[in-house]
Amino acid sequence: MVDRSALGFEGTPFEFPVERGKIREFARATMSDAPEYLEDREPIIPPTFLTVASWFWQEGTADVASRIDADLSRVLHAGQEYVFHGPPPRAGQTLTGTAKVTELYEKEGRKGGTMTFFVTTTEFRDEAGNLVAEARTTGVETAKAVGGEE
Amino acid sequence: MKASVAVGSTAPPRTFGPITLTDIVRYQGASGDMNPYHHDHERARAAGFPGAFAVGMLPAGLVATFATDWLGPDEIRRFAVRFKEQVWPGDELTCRGAITEISERDGERIATVALQCVRQTGGVAIDGTAEFVVE
Repeated sequence: MVDRSALGFEGTPFEFPVERGKIREFARATMSDAPEYLEDREPIIPPTFLTVASWFWQEGTADVASRIDADLSRVLHAGQEYVFHGPPPRAGQTLTGTAKVTELYEKEGRKGGTMTFFVTTTEFRDEAGNLVAEARTTGVETAKAVGGEE
Repeated sequence: MKASVAVGSTAPPRTFGPITLTDIVRYQGASGDMNPYHHDHERARAAGFPGAFAVGMLPAGLVATFATDWLGPDEIRRFAVRFKEQVWPGDELTCRGAITEISERDGERIATVALQCVRQTGGVAIDGTAEFVVE
């Protein structure tokens, strides 16, 4: 069950070095052949690249998703948003990310049962402390296990 | 480079696939999301799925590739998706988009683009919207 007291919980800051090789790997995996990602020596990141930060760098006390304590057998990724306050970050930059649980709300599901939505927002700042990007993840804990719905 | 677009402008749709399990695994490795439901058929079946299926961020990434090829990787300022139908190995995914609004912000022209990723069945896998700086 989602722990409602998680709303407002903020993780500790974590480092996210933006790496050229990882950008190349990610561009290939998303079937891009754009020279902006593959040929530039200090390429910018693809729009959904910041997901890499959450899986490889946002660990331990920096991770707020575990604080929500949702039942993972009933959790779906409902939505994802990225905001860039200027051109996307580039390889060579080291960003500092801070995640926070920014929304928690319930909705009645179409097939009955209560669905609990939770939103985490991660702010990414550059070396000078400027906010350069935000990642917003919306998850939902459904009333039943997620398998078997298809 | 900034694109020159107007409300109603579209780009030619682009079809990706058929998506293979290898494409899915490659995306998982690149992103770091190694959830076994997306490559381990046995684990997926045990959870009630017919088999392994794509992590939603793969079709989201294909939509991003489509959008940035059209409107410029440097010019993106916002990218948002909602995950609708699941994507399965063998799916052919067609991405399309249309400019819905152009507004001024901080002295720049910002185009809002509605984006979609549709399976070969006609089912919508991804509904999205993005903002790009345009000419």
